[in-house]
Amino acid sequence: MSRSDWEIVIGLEVHAQLNTASKIFSAASTAFGAPPNVQASAVDIALPGVLPVLNRGAVERAIRLGLALDAHIAPKSVFARKNYFYPDLPKGYQISQFELPVVQGGTITIQVGEGDKGHEKTIRLTRAHLEEDAGKSLHEDFHGMSGIDLNRAGTPLLEIVSEPDMRSSAEAVAYARALHALVCWIDICDGNMQEGSFRCDANVSVRKKGETALGTRREIKNLNSFRFLQQAIDYEAGWQIDTLEDGGKIEQATVLFDPDTGETRMMRSKEDAHDYRYFPDPDLLPLLIEPEWIERVRATMPELPAAMKARFIRDFGLSAYDASTLTASREMADHFQQTVAIVGAAQAKLCANWIMGELAARLNKAGIELAAAPVSPVQLAGLLMRIADNTLSNAIARKVFDALWNGEGRSADEIIDAQGLRQLTDRGAIETLIDEVLAANPKSVEEFRAGKEKAFNALVGQVMKASRGKASPAQVNEILRHKLSNLPPNR
Amino acid sequence: MSIAPLIDASVASLRQALDSKQVSSVELATLFLDRIAAHDPALNAFITLDREGALAAARAADARIAAGQAGPLTGIPLAHKDVFCTEGTLTTCGSKMLANFTSPYDAHVVGLLKQAGAVSLGKTNMDEFAMGSSTESSFFGPTRNPWALDCVPGGSSGGSAAAVAARLVPIATGTDTGGSVRQPAAFCGITGIKPTYGLVSRYGMVAYASSLDQGGAFGACAEDCALLLSAMTGFDRRDSTSLDRPPENHAAALRASVADAARPLAGCVIGLPREFFAAGMSAGIRAAVDAALDEYRKLGATTREVSLPNAELAIPAYYVLAPAEASSNLSRFDGVRYGHRAATYADLDDMYCKSRGEGFGAEVQRRILVGTYVLSHGYYDAYYLQAQKLRRLIAEDFRRAFAECDFIAGPTSPVTAWALGAMSGDPVQMYLADIYTTAVNLAGLPALSHPCGFDDAGLPIGLQLIGDYFAESRLLASAHHFQQATDWHQRRPALSQCVPDNIAKTRT
Amino acid sequence: MSLSNEQVNRLARLARLAVSDEALDITRIQLDGILALIARMEAVDTTGVTPMSHPQELAARLRADEVVETDRRAAFQAIAPQAEAGLYLVPKVIE
Repeated sequence: MSRSDWEIVIGLEVHAQLNTASKIFSAASTAFGAPPNVQASAVDIALPGVLPVLNRGAVERAIRLGLALDAHIAPKSVFARKNYFYPDLPKGYQISQFELPVVQGGTITIQVGEGDKGHEKTIRLTRAHLEEDAGKSLHEDFHGMSGIDLNRAGTPLLEIVSEPDMRSSAEAVAYARALHALVCWIDICDGNMQEGSFRCDANVSVRKKGETALGTRREIKNLNSFRFLQQAIDYEAGWQIDTLEDGGKIEQATVLFDPDTGETRMMRSKEDAHDYRYFPDPDLLPLLIEPEWIERVRATMPELPAAMKARFIRDFGLSAYDASTLTASREMADHFQQTVAIVGAAQAKLCANWIMGELAARLNKAGIELAAAPVSPVQLAGLLMRIADNTLSNAIARKVFDALWNGEGRSADEIIDAQGLRQLTDRGAIETLIDEVLAANPKSVEEFRAGKEKAFNALVGQVMKASRGKASPAQVNEILRHKLSNLPPNR
Repeated sequence: MSIAPLIDASVASLRQALDSKQVSSVELATLFLDRIAAHDPALNAFITLDREGALAAARAADARIAAGQAGPLTGIPLAHKDVFCTEGTLTTCGSKMLANFTSPYDAHVVGLLKQAGAVSLGKTNMDEFAMGSSTESSFFGPTRNPWALDCVPGGSSGGSAAAVAARLVPIATGTDTGGSVRQPAAFCGITGIKPTYGLVSRYGMVAYASSLDQGGAFGACAEDCALLLSAMTGFDRRDSTSLDRPPENHAAALRASVADAARPLAGCVIGLPREFFAAGMSAGIRAAVDAALDEYRKLGATTREVSLPNAELAIPAYYVLAPAEASSNLSRFDGVRYGHRAATYADLDDMYCKSRGEGFGAEVQRRILVGTYVLSHGYYDAYYLQAQKLRRLIAEDFRRAFAECDFIAGPTSPVTAWALGAMSGDPVQMYLADIYTTAVNLAGLPALSHPCGFDDAGLPIGLQLIGDYFAESRLLASAHHFQQATDWHQRRPALSQCVPDNIAKTRT
Repeated sequence: MSLSNEQVNRLARLARLAVSDEALDITRIQLDGILALIARMEAVDTTGVTPMSHPQELAARLRADEVVETDRRAAFQAIAPQAEAGLYLVPKVIE
């Protein structure tokens, strides 16, 4: 047997921190990075006698997610207590939702693979529920003890649970990326993975191809980058296949991924972890969401990536791949739309190519986000309009783009004028240049006449050089060919 | 003129004395503080006395009175059950776990009473974390019944009830999860009311069973309870279960004139559940309750039999739901952020187990274990869910009964105060004594207990009046009319006769 | 039904309560007594009855998403068994 005889089955549980100002059950700040415990209120540290009150902003964000996933938004959902002891869990229970979550079902469509080789796949969501985050245990040594910081305790989370619909680490990453883009797109989460705003747990199992029953799964906890998600699943699936092929058995377990070794290892087992003694939290009444509230939230929703993608294909004639790429983030989509709005829909493909090509490459190279790009949509549009009206060749346009990126001018036109980069399109002037080049390169002319097409390219190059790159390549081609074919016979 | 008679005065009389400058709030506070100093060593009704804080509050109250800005409770001494958080003073819940816990904040109720200008003298003894019916489970030793020092005062708010009965303080707060205001009121011969669930904020009231806990008031009479309850009640946005209703002045309602002064309760129908009057009630209690009902009929009320067929299920349902909620509510006491931490331990889990094992007493540990059991995987449906279904049946029983009557009456407890230690070692026997009170908490209804006689041993007997939701004013008014016509509420234990040295010495 | 000592130990472990071996038997006997009391519910037919989790069957009241709390760390940690550098200290947490 080989690995190709096995099928990998993956479901993800994503914890998205909601970008509310205050915590889910207290009026303390959720801001990241404060000194330890200064944002831990009486409710957050669970003083005796304190009580939770639900944050409307957290519920509204759950509704936004439900709408974005086309899921059922429960008219009645219930908060329950999940009981376990841990020093970062001050009450000894986490307030979560168990039997009746606020968001039920839903789907998200992912793009797997790139370009023509890629395909779309729809992943089903099981549920998304509201809950509170725990604090943090700091493992630096304090006289052999751990330090507990409860600033994060009570930060609102949506735990978004998928069905086990993914069949490879690539699909899992594509799903996680799509979900990440979506929660950022609808502005319910800042998406900052380094700060833990978007964390993935992966449930991984394997089975022989063709089998319908699921294998025993192991859960990889707390993956906070897409790269780690991929590495962890690849390692874990490989380990499970090897174990089974060696005649071993998989035991249900929770494991941690060690980025240094690239391996997964069992968490110190919690023997009572399976008995959380859930029951409805008597301090909180059921959450009722009226249809009117959902409609009010719907009215504030942005156009969603799937709808926007379809519109780009329909209105701008973009390929599915281009449309997917441009709607991978709201910033990218906004940048594209603002650019097209100025340059014109007829040049949408040109806009797409530049944003996905030159701009993306520069961002990548500089390691910065689109929001921080030094070239604004207005500036880019100004540049692309000069390509569209033939003022600039593509090669010169790239130089202008560099200049814009480096802040050498406020607009493409300013740079073109200052550096004299306007394309030479005056027929008489180009003819004069060509005549000079032909006179100076009789050898190339002879070779062309002998049927060597290469010689033609050499002559074009000489003309472009003579124009210092400014001559319109299309015009040079046309006039040169005309002149060569009309030269008098050999003297 | 001596102010000593003020010890027995009603809150309304104290108000008059303060407003007429017959006495200052400082003098009044001192009078009661001195009385506590004299008698509490025998009673052990207080865990913490706050003489300095009380005198400071009294001085502020005197200034308010002088400025003509006194409210009904300005300058009136009171005490808080030690389950209410009080900023800057100990809040122990009668537990070793919180023996050194100084609360960094005030409970909503404590804040409201401070704003009203009431003068808190200290914190009263209670069953540990309000779990018990005798105040014997307190880490600080049992409180004794002022009517018989070898008897319990009831519980869990036994310290508050004993303090009011012994006139160590005119009024006191309590909490009632399964009868913890009404039963000690009955055992100590005073009046106590537990309002509709949601009227008194639970913020800052250390939780026992969140869906059952409700703050309540103790006084010698219904009028005193009315004044205290009106001041304790108020919407609190920090408690999700707090009800946002217009404020009610229960005392004004109780003083409102009636058409027929001789028959103030004319038209009032009192339901007598046949299940409450079945066998099991002692003859003495039966006689006192029957006599009280006769009195109510004289006042114009009519009585009729009603049925609460599921009432007997209240005890088992209560002893599933309350421990379940308690087991979770008490998980926060883990020795990490406040409270008791074991001195030595091997590791984190050992620290938890030892801190909690040392910090909690036997009854609290029992209820945590029972609660853990009924919520456990595999038992949830059979216990917790079934208890919640019975809870609905019980609430439905009351709904049907209130279609036929205005109040439901019966004994508060099937027994009078028992001897200290008589029930220890047999928790179930003690649980069964809650037979008439727990159903009220399950339904979330208001109910009060007022004194209606004494048994052969001279121990007080209480009558319970249960009202429909939000019937507090009418309940208190009915009890008030009863008390206008009777004097059970004016009987006082003869404290000076029963402070033998040997009892003072046995205090733990 | 009655509990075994093993079950009592498991409950104590779940609840993080140290129950000594000497106290185990009496604890088990008392728990059995309480469970027998509770068992009176079992016979009641509650088919079709909706569980009642709360006396007031109302909807959750929500608060506006506003930061009102201020830093009270010093006051809160003044009552902590062990705190240092703004952190609560506990025996080493091992994952």
